[in-house]
Amino acid sequence: MLAFVLRRVFQSAIVLLVVGLVAFSMFRFVGDPVDNMLGQERTQADIERLRADLGLDQPFPVQYYKFLRGAVQGNFGVSYRQGRPVATIIKERAPATLELAAVSGAFAILLGIGLGVFTAIRRRGIAANVIMTLSLIGVSLPTFLIGILLIYVFSVELDLLPSFGRGDTVMVGGWSTGFLTQSGLLALILPGITLGLYQMTLIMRLVRSEMLEVLRADYIRFARARGLRDRAINFRHAMKNTLVPVITVTGLQLGSIIAFAIITETVFQWPGVGLLFINAVQFVDIPVMAAYLMLISVMFVAINLVVDLLYFAIDPRLRVDGRTG
Amino acid sequence: MTDTRAPHPATPGPTPARRSRWTEFRQSDFMYAFLRAPVAIAAFGFVALLVLGAVFAPLIAPHDPFNPASLNLMNGFTAPGVPNAFTGDVFVLGTDDQGRDVFSTILYGMRISLFVGFAAVLFAMVLGVTLGLVAGYLGGWTETLIMRIADIQLTFPAILVAMLIFGVAKGFTPVEYRDQMAIWVLIVAIGLSDWVQFARVVRGATLVEKNKEYVQAARMIGRSKAAIMLRHVLPNILSPVLVIATISLALAIIAEATLSFLGVGAPPTQPSLGTLIRIGQGFLFSGEWWILFFPAATLLALALSVNLLGDWLRDALNPRLR
Repeated sequence: MLAFVLRRVFQSAIVLLVVGLVAFSMFRFVGDPVDNMLGQERTQADIERLRADLGLDQPFPVQYYKFLRGAVQGNFGVSYRQGRPVATIIKERAPATLELAAVSGAFAILLGIGLGVFTAIRRRGIAANVIMTLSLIGVSLPTFLIGILLIYVFSVELDLLPSFGRGDTVMVGGWSTGFLTQSGLLALILPGITLGLYQMTLIMRLVRSEMLEVLRADYIRFARARGLRDRAINFRHAMKNTLVPVITVTGLQLGSIIAFAIITETVFQWPGVGLLFINAVQFVDIPVMAAYLMLISVMFVAINLVVDLLYFAIDPRLRVDGRTG
Repeated sequence: MTDTRAPHPATPGPTPARRSRWTEFRQSDFMYAFLRAPVAIAAFGFVALLVLGAVFAPLIAPHDPFNPASLNLMNGFTAPGVPNAFTGDVFVLGTDDQGRDVFSTILYGMRISLFVGFAAVLFAMVLGVTLGLVAGYLGGWTETLIMRIADIQLTFPAILVAMLIFGVAKGFTPVEYRDQMAIWVLIVAIGLSDWVQFARVVRGATLVEKNKEYVQAARMIGRSKAAIMLRHVLPNILSPVLVIATISLALAIIAEATLSFLGVGAPPTQPSLGTLIRIGQGFLFSGEWWILFFPAATLLALALSVNLLGDWLRDALNPRLR
């Protein structure tokens, strides 16, 4: 067990080091930020001064060391485009993305598991078949088209929900939240569904196939023979046993939600980290890109690690022959 | 693929002439299965239609959307099939704000979308197959290194990897070449984000083939490693590669559309379907639905039919992918 955990932690550290190197290489070799930051009317003196301010005149190893030291302290330099520290900008933007991710994650998990169990129990029902067909289309639709479709139906035609932005937000101890105002909550609905829909269909299909498998098992048949109620069999016996793979997939999808937030945030002009990143790509704002890359890889690696360990904790069978990893 | 069935009755003579490749293909199990799968035929027909439309866009398109001389601003916002109030011109699918014919922009947009899609998959395939073959056949630290990199890359969603590569490459290209280079950068970015699938499958298949007798025989007569990999192993593992390529094509087309939609893909001077959807989204609230609807519908239909084709191929060739 300990060896397994250590090996996983070691692997994660290696991944982060590699990503750090990539992020730093971006800093060092991509484009000329001075070119981008100064306008057409610049003097050689302006260029030299900015170069010194950004530390671009120093040798490679010094810059690398500075980058690593800064990154560990959460300091990613100054955005070329906004001229403000990247850490500050990300701190401002993070609540928007995290709240959106939380809403769509909850939507995906609750509805995904619910519909999965439903379609498995009522396998031959009309409703279950309709849901399965719709989910196939849902998987083929690119995220941004789902967003546009929802905007068209609920904002343009029905005029029920806002189509862009976060609505009113309230500051709670440095965290701007949209959960506490009506317009904030309404603004979360469409982006939340857009972002969560793919994950929802994925979880639903997984739960369904796992449920169908489990329902065929002997212990379920025995439970029926004992005369237990359907509800107890379905939810207490069957569903519990489907959850192990579901947790793995859901955990890994959590990272994807953060990544795919880029698309949803662009469609809905949601002022989060994803929109910040895509603007950084458009304007070649390397410090923001590098910071985003580092943050998201820490998140991905952490999620992977936690999922692995969780899997280990949930399934006792793994612990017995866990020595092989 | 060997065909052990009796020769076709139409081939005359006591020593039947070697059948042409085409006849062989027509009589293969593959074609037999294909001709009995209506969904596959429909999907293939539709994809072929779109590809032909894209290839012959300059001949088919009623207008040249990128020639400013042929545009008339008075034609702007003409609804589909309705004569324009000022000029009386009729456009099948309407026009956008600058009076460009939507049908023509879609045809030209598909050129970009399909070109980027096919080229990116080709790039990913060549890279992934090569690395997969090398990893599987040579083994050792080469294999460890390649597959480790693949594992790390797989941790991140492909679209994110493509965006990062696009952003970095954009930084490398001088400002004045950015629009020209954008298409090639897109191809490399999407291709690099997608090679892992090929490498993993090819490595797995190579590990199986490597110990078969024909490979041992080839090794014994002293063929070089490269020759064994390319001439002996590769032809025997092509069917899973074909399946992955088809599924990747749908993913690559959607990835390109997504990047272009986000404004980090095809430039406005060379709009792909994604760029057209991005432009059309701006007119969603003002009621000019056709500028958005037709490119979006084309993209969806294209992605869906390539997906269906890929699904069918996977079942038909039945490589143990899952």
